[in-house]
Amino acid sequence: MNTVSYAAGVDVGSTQTKAVIIDEDATIVGRSLIDTGANVIKAAESSYVAALVEGGIDEEEVEYIIGTGYGRYRVTFGNSQVTEISCHGRGAVHLFPETRTVVDMGGQDTKAISVNAKGEITDFCMNDKCAAGTGRFLGAAAAALDIPIDDLGPVSLQSTKPIKISTTCTVFAESEVLAWIGKGKKIEDILWGVHKSIASRSAGLMRRVGIDDEVTFTGGVTRNVGMVKALGERIEKPLNISDDCHYMGALGAALFALDNVKAGRTPVGSTAEVAS
Amino acid sequence: MTTLDITQDLVGRGNREGAALFRDWFAELDTTAKSGGLSAYVFVMGSINEILKTFDLPVVFPEINSLQTAVRRVAHEYLEEAEDHGYSPDICGYVKADVGTQLRGGEHPMAQIPKPGITVLTNACNTYIKWAEIWERMYETPMFTIDIPGTRQAGLQTWKGNSDFEADRTYVEVQLRELITLCEEVTGIKFDIDKFREVLGHANTMSRSWNRILELNEAKPSLFNALTDGTIYLGVANGLRGTEQGARYFERLVEEMEYKAANGIGQTIEEKYRLLFVGVPCYPIFRRFNELFTDWGGTFVNSTYLWFASGGTNRGFEYDLSDPVASLAEGVLVSVRDAMDSMFHQNIVLADMAKDFDVDGIIYHPIKSCRTVSTGLADGRKHMTEELGIPSLFMESDMMDRRVVSEAQMKNRVDAFFEGLASRRQQALADPKVR
Repeated sequence: MNTVSYAAGVDVGSTQTKAVIIDEDATIVGRSLIDTGANVIKAAESSYVAALVEGGIDEEEVEYIIGTGYGRYRVTFGNSQVTEISCHGRGAVHLFPETRTVVDMGGQDTKAISVNAKGEITDFCMNDKCAAGTGRFLGAAAAALDIPIDDLGPVSLQSTKPIKISTTCTVFAESEVLAWIGKGKKIEDILWGVHKSIASRSAGLMRRVGIDDEVTFTGGVTRNVGMVKALGERIEKPLNISDDCHYMGALGAALFALDNVKAGRTPVGSTAEVAS
Repeated sequence: MTTLDITQDLVGRGNREGAALFRDWFAELDTTAKSGGLSAYVFVMGSINEILKTFDLPVVFPEINSLQTAVRRVAHEYLEEAEDHGYSPDICGYVKADVGTQLRGGEHPMAQIPKPGITVLTNACNTYIKWAEIWERMYETPMFTIDIPGTRQAGLQTWKGNSDFEADRTYVEVQLRELITLCEEVTGIKFDIDKFREVLGHANTMSRSWNRILELNEAKPSLFNALTDGTIYLGVANGLRGTEQGARYFERLVEEMEYKAANGIGQTIEEKYRLLFVGVPCYPIFRRFNELFTDWGGTFVNSTYLWFASGGTNRGFEYDLSDPVASLAEGVLVSVRDAMDSMFHQNIVLADMAKDFDVDGIIYHPIKSCRTVSTGLADGRKHMTEELGIPSLFMESDMMDRRVVSEAQMKNRVDAFFEGLASRRQQALADPKVR
């Protein structure tokens, strides 16, 4: 094994792109998060460079890079690709070793993943093509209520008389939210209803793969305290959460990359070429 | 001939000849349409081709016409035409593509489709009945519905010799005799029992051969792709059932498969994972859909589609030519009941299939526009995975409507499924107790 080796994971999601660099002990030494935007290749490169800079690491020191997320094949400087489903499972068990159920709520889809002690997938289930019950649903509600997306969770927790949102359609959510505003309902009560609606749909996905004793919540929506509370209440279990949960896909990809480093399987002549 | 010559002649012959027969069938329909001749509209689950062929009626399978518009990437034109006419986006895509075809006066990418002179259907699918009523309204077509008693309880089918079965068989036979009378009226031709026996004989050859072909695919590596090659075979099994050409085709297909089995010739890719397919294929991206799996070395070794869409040939049931109408009633009862079981009571057979074909996983493919075949799949998957420990993938799209097919999402699911299979295989290598 080389004296100093790093491995990287780049998770190109529909909304945001995350990069994580880990050392040989699987400790995170650099990470970044940027909006994906229209240029997916550029987003992957920029995110990776930002993580290198944060970790103070030279590009040549990174031995293996894995791309994940919907844009995984657009990580043109990566050595290989792994789906974010596998990566979230791997990352979650790395951070919380007793995890057996993972729920990843991202911008465009929600995934329930059943994993074993090694973080390998034993089963998984996702929402279908429709974006109902995903981060996009929250985005639609935020737009309808004209409040910043980061305020959604804290505001929802102030609810005293929650209303029931009957639609799960992201498009119809906006009109339903506006209808409740028209009826004079408080924003916090409407928002808590939105969170509960998403939690209900996500819990349904989780039940399809089975909800085990220890559940880890991953993806961008983990930053939303309202969603953490609503989902925990719905499945009647506490959820493992950490600041790294938003980066879980990239972390898992980096862990797979580290496997490759340790196995000495780094392809020859595939040095990453990154636009800086 | 050298061994190489024999191999080149035999391997892939079924696909070549199947495609040619398929084209010939549609050419016959084209001729019928242009000459204003009669045709019979029928469905894959219980076509009763045996009676219709006895009256020389060209058969039209609207389900096959519709899926062909999807394979040829023009389904959206037909679907939109039907929706513009008032049909809901949420109903069966096959129905809408057919309505589009009828609204266009039978214009179809493969042929001019003749109008129905008679419609024959069973209750195997509830949509069949409402679908046939559309033609009844459009053309005042005689519509004959055969009511087939289904399985009362999973795993408890009755068989010949049982009094319940005999009552059911008689019930079907009476209806078939009424159909024969109706065909005589529609065609003006007297029913010819000797010709009927001949047709049944050809159907027997086809069923016997089809059963053998399915059995041969247990070979490792598997001999044909149940999804792609299988669909070609199904086309012949339905359209040419009861014909000499159809019977000869399947005999030659057995010859090809036996040769491949004897020489260890598998599919065109290296087989790494053996899969079962449950549901109806995704025809709008048919080739790409299959590649999502073959890219990983996944091959489909069998499917419920080869079961419920084979017109009853999968049962291997052979008619007793000494008592043909009664025997046809028995065969129709058994095969249509079996087709219904493929949707409602599939777990027992799937478990056997998984064992016999030594599969690594099951792909469940529910489709948006057919709730009949899709509703029970989530429960079925849960059973197979939790109770039997067979890895499975649940991915939804559609058999017709490109608007509800998301290739990127499907690829994500398929890739993750194979990543799971790969890690499972690694574990099994390390610990043989893990399968």
